[in-house]
Amino acid sequence: MLSYILKRVLATVPVMIIVAVFVFLLLRLTPGDPAAILAGDAATPAQLERIRDRLGLNDPLHIQFFTWVFQMLKGDLGTSLISNTDVGGMIVSRLGPTINIALMTIVISVALAVPMGVIAAWRHRTWVDFAVMSFSVLGFSIPVFVIGYIFIQIFAIELRWFPVQGYTAPSAGLWDFFSQAILPSLTLATIYVALIARMTRASMLEVLGEDYIRTARAKGVRENVVLFRHALRNAAVPILTIIGTGFALLISGVVVTESVFNIPGIGRLTVDAILARDYPVIQAMILLTAGIYVLVNLIIDVSYSFFDPRIRY
Amino acid sequence: MADMQDSRRSAFQTMTGLLSLPRGARLGAGPTIAAFLLVVIVAASLLAPLYVPYDPLTMDAMARLSPASAEHWLGTDQYGRDTFSRVMYGGRVSLLIGVGASLVSVAIGLCIGLIAGFFRKLDGPIMRVMDSLMAIPAILLAIALVALNGPSLGSVIIAITIPEVPRVVRLVRSVVLSAREEPYVEAATALGSSMPKILIQHLMPNTLAPLIVQGTYICASAILIEAILSFLGAGVSTEIPTWGNIMAEGRNYFQIKPGLIFWPGLLLSLCILSINLLGDTARDLLDPRMKKREG
Repeated sequence: MLSYILKRVLATVPVMIIVAVFVFLLLRLTPGDPAAILAGDAATPAQLERIRDRLGLNDPLHIQFFTWVFQMLKGDLGTSLISNTDVGGMIVSRLGPTINIALMTIVISVALAVPMGVIAAWRHRTWVDFAVMSFSVLGFSIPVFVIGYIFIQIFAIELRWFPVQGYTAPSAGLWDFFSQAILPSLTLATIYVALIARMTRASMLEVLGEDYIRTARAKGVRENVVLFRHALRNAAVPILTIIGTGFALLISGVVVTESVFNIPGIGRLTVDAILARDYPVIQAMILLTAGIYVLVNLIIDVSYSFFDPRIRY
Repeated sequence: MADMQDSRRSAFQTMTGLLSLPRGARLGAGPTIAAFLLVVIVAASLLAPLYVPYDPLTMDAMARLSPASAEHWLGTDQYGRDTFSRVMYGGRVSLLIGVGASLVSVAIGLCIGLIAGFFRKLDGPIMRVMDSLMAIPAILLAIALVALNGPSLGSVIIAITIPEVPRVVRLVRSVVLSAREEPYVEAATALGSSMPKILIQHLMPNTLAPLIVQGTYICASAILIEAILSFLGAGVSTEIPTWGNIMAEGRNYFQIKPGLIFWPGLLLSLCILSINLLGDTARDLLDPRMKKREG
């Protein structure tokens, strides 16, 4: 088990190195000059040259790459070209809203989607199944921001239950936090629920046809125990996998949702940085999100054996 | 050359399998409605220049943000441009992006996937690069590519394509890996068929069915991603209306005129919905094993 975990951790190293090279080249080989952004429109060629020297942009590419990687490894994410502040600090200050919304989304999604998928599989080919599947196809087909605006229109403008936009930290007022975070979380959850419910249903359908389910029913085990203990546990591995791969979906959803609801999180930070060509922030954010994606999938891979004892490494 | 005829026939059968239903099978109401909807949306978009009442770019300062009326069926936007005409014209470009992105990513993914699946030495390195590309969130990668290459139609298609390629590569590779072990490939190698010939004539036909399914899904997701890119400010420039950038421009006037987001949003969602439903149907028809699993 331990050697498997170690092997799995080591396997992430080349992936992260290639991501780093890719991000670095993406920003260096496309048109656009960070020095020009920093210097502004009125800069003379001599000033530009001095700034290039200071940023190390005149060094050969491989030197620039290694300088950057070593800085990152030391924990120095660089300085923003636009706000001239420390990138690490910027990210930390914007992390709170994103994490809170994402956690709320995952809780809502799993709480809704897993029972939906289980019931759809249990009542296979009935109107319940049809309704769940229709919802899940619909969830994939409407852009996240349109869902966001529909929610705003219904729940904030027509019914006035929640505020239209904005964000309050939980520490500044728990009630305000919930009333403002509920719409963005529901928006984000729509696509995630669609994804997880679909996978839960498919995975459960396969398991419900197994002999041990018939045996359990035959010996008089209560139906909800059959469903949630016998079947769901055995159907868990594909569901977990989809929660992991769907994590990338969550990240892109966060980016859009933060724009719709005007939430000062890292999604908005990244988009603003990309549009303003704030290179150090873009590099750090893409590496960070890729790192989180790899980490989440690593944890999920390792947790398989917990849910399915047949999997031993 | 019996093996060659065999693979020809299987490719032919796959082709006809797409056009005709297996004996005894019936299309449900869902796919029929989806196909009908899609045909209507595609036709309405392609023929837009023939019937829309206004030029999608003509501004009218006297009719800014006007409500729906007999003159402007869906009202006008903040520049007085006719929303109905813009939405119908927008469909042309959004559909072009969807079809373009799916064709390009399938073509690139097919080439790389065939190579990765067939040459054992290249498999490892290629798949590590693909894993890395998949680790970068598609939307961030796409916005970065558009922001750095400029808001042209081509650059948006490329930006949507690049994150999709690894998924196609994985699919093609897995099909090739299992097909490679088949006796007919061994026979072709023994008979001295050249490498490109084995790849194209014997292995490629196997990938056709899954690629058609994957291609429809990519088309749907490309239309969706275009909308998201526009919304985030990294889409096609607004002289070319797309469903995405009409909605993006409508953002600031959402409280006054929600229709600027809802109408293009509705058409886009219906379009993606029918493409996805048809993709599911194609998958069930082409791959009975998947059908069993999905129920």
